[in-house]
Amino acid sequence: MVALPVSTDRDAAPRRRRSSSGVSGGPRIGSHALLIVLALYFVIPLWWLVVASTKSNSGLFTGSGGPLWFDDQFTFFENLSQLGSYQNGIYWRWLGNSFLYALTGGVGATVLSVLAGYGFAKYRFRGRSAFFALLLGAVMVPLTALVIPTFVLLSGIGLINTIWAVILPSLLSPFGVYLMRIYTQDAVADELIDAARVDGAGELRTFLQVALPLLKPAIVTVLLISIVATWNNFFLPLAVLRDPLLLPVTVGLNNWQALSNAGAGGEQVWNLITTGAFVSILPLVLSFLTLQRYWQGGLAVGSLK
Amino acid sequence: MTTITRADAAAPPQPRRIRSASSSADRRRQWWGWAFVAPFAIVFVTFLIVPLVLAFIMSLQTSTLAAGTTFTGLDNYVKAFTDPLFLEGVGRVLMFAVVMIPAQLIVAAVAALVLDSLATRLAKLSRLLIFVPYAIPIVIGAIMWGFLYSPRFGPAATLFDLFGLDAPNFLGQDTVFFSLVNIVTWQWSGYYMVIIYAALRSIDSQVYEAARIDGANGWQIATRIKLPMISSSMVMVVVFALIGTLQFFTEPLVLRGVAQGAIPVSYTPNMYAFTLAFSYSQFNYASTIAFALGVVVFIGSYLFLFLTRKQSGLK
Repeated sequence: MVALPVSTDRDAAPRRRRSSSGVSGGPRIGSHALLIVLALYFVIPLWWLVVASTKSNSGLFTGSGGPLWFDDQFTFFENLSQLGSYQNGIYWRWLGNSFLYALTGGVGATVLSVLAGYGFAKYRFRGRSAFFALLLGAVMVPLTALVIPTFVLLSGIGLINTIWAVILPSLLSPFGVYLMRIYTQDAVADELIDAARVDGAGELRTFLQVALPLLKPAIVTVLLISIVATWNNFFLPLAVLRDPLLLPVTVGLNNWQALSNAGAGGEQVWNLITTGAFVSILPLVLSFLTLQRYWQGGLAVGSLK
Repeated sequence: MTTITRADAAAPPQPRRIRSASSSADRRRQWWGWAFVAPFAIVFVTFLIVPLVLAFIMSLQTSTLAAGTTFTGLDNYVKAFTDPLFLEGVGRVLMFAVVMIPAQLIVAAVAALVLDSLATRLAKLSRLLIFVPYAIPIVIGAIMWGFLYSPRFGPAATLFDLFGLDAPNFLGQDTVFFSLVNIVTWQWSGYYMVIIYAALRSIDSQVYEAARIDGANGWQIATRIKLPMISSSMVMVVVFALIGTLQFFTEPLVLRGVAQGAIPVSYTPNMYAFTLAFSYSQFNYASTIAFALGVVVFIGSYLFLFLTRKQSGLK
């Protein structure tokens, strides 16, 4: 939407560059202006969150600096300590649960994807093509369509309202397998594997010592994707967890928000929601910023094919 | 790359000799192939195949307190496809698909094209900033936008005041649709931008040189060369966005609390199925809706891939 009017501007801009032999600042100013508009659109909401997490409950409504600037009272640390005491510090428990689910689900899904991707890419076995075709179809099955039958299945085996109800279904990542297969095919040459076999290495050892090191970039990408998916998960835990102590931070904060919207004074914890939201996004945002090198190439692996 | 593998497979006599000489090694290798795939296969069957089959079976049954569970064939499907609440929800997510997917695609493609043409530090920084929302859970993003839309907390009043305007009500019956489109665009465009940007980077820049010598300007290079060359990534992005849009759930559910009355519980098919299952315990009918939705999404994305097989190179 932002893009439409400005793109006509781009139309004119590069033409100017040609006439003035490429050194002129004109076109680059146009592109940079567009870029700044885009960046502002993506950043202002986050800036709002940073500012909001430093305000008290009343400061959020009547802050002296308006919604996009700091209030006179800087209560970030009070908010943090209130997060630690409100409902016996359940917020930190939620955050811990999110870590537990995201790490076990994400690491588990990645291990399964790496193994299966390698199996699909480097072995010919009966049923391989059929299974892989089925898997490609599964990439297109909307996972939320599975939540209700998964709930019924899990309650049938008594796992509802346990951590396994979130972790076990998170191990499924058809897209991860697809990525790993594509990547393995390119990155691990058949000759290399044959050479290892001739040298007497077993299949497992060939996989661990020859193939695995070559797969590192793809492994990091799949790990990031699976961790983000599990960390993001909302529908599944919302359906399968009842005990407040088991909730991940996403469902927990949503509950607080629902209560604050519906409830009276004492239940309105807006400052805890904003501070809680801010703290909860830090781990993933920071790991994306530090792991740039990996995901920037890796996220596109599947689409380049 | 496919050509390489194919050439390998068809490589002359040598491999055949090895295979016939050691068919037991071959059989062992088959076994190893399955061993590597097996852990995933177990999860795949347990949490994908079994739930799908279960959903289908449940959708063919009806439970009542009086009669217990009985087999009712396609009755639930007849009920679903004549249920105005379900049909409205389907119509609504289709509308979302029509508005939201182009919006995301345009923002992502424009951002990627601009970033591709610049190599400054500002461009690098912007690329990161545009991507950051992807790292934020959808619920948190929706909660945040709920605050921003709110007339009590949000900056809208202040911003519109600058231009002497009254802030619109973002959470009204008519406007909430676009407010939701905005949340999704904000959250996902950066991810799609990264995919498109990576595809742009993989184009050999000599192509641009050639075009420039032939007298093409920047706009022509972008629309006639860059975009067609990355069409397979665009197809991929549209499929991802389509699958996501048709199962729209989290954002409207979160905004429901803020936008009093503007979002009914049956706003999208997924919300409707969730409500039927967990508020009314109608698991059979909810399974019908989930399964019908799954089939619609599957056919929809499959059809799209089929129609665009030329662009995506999946022939």
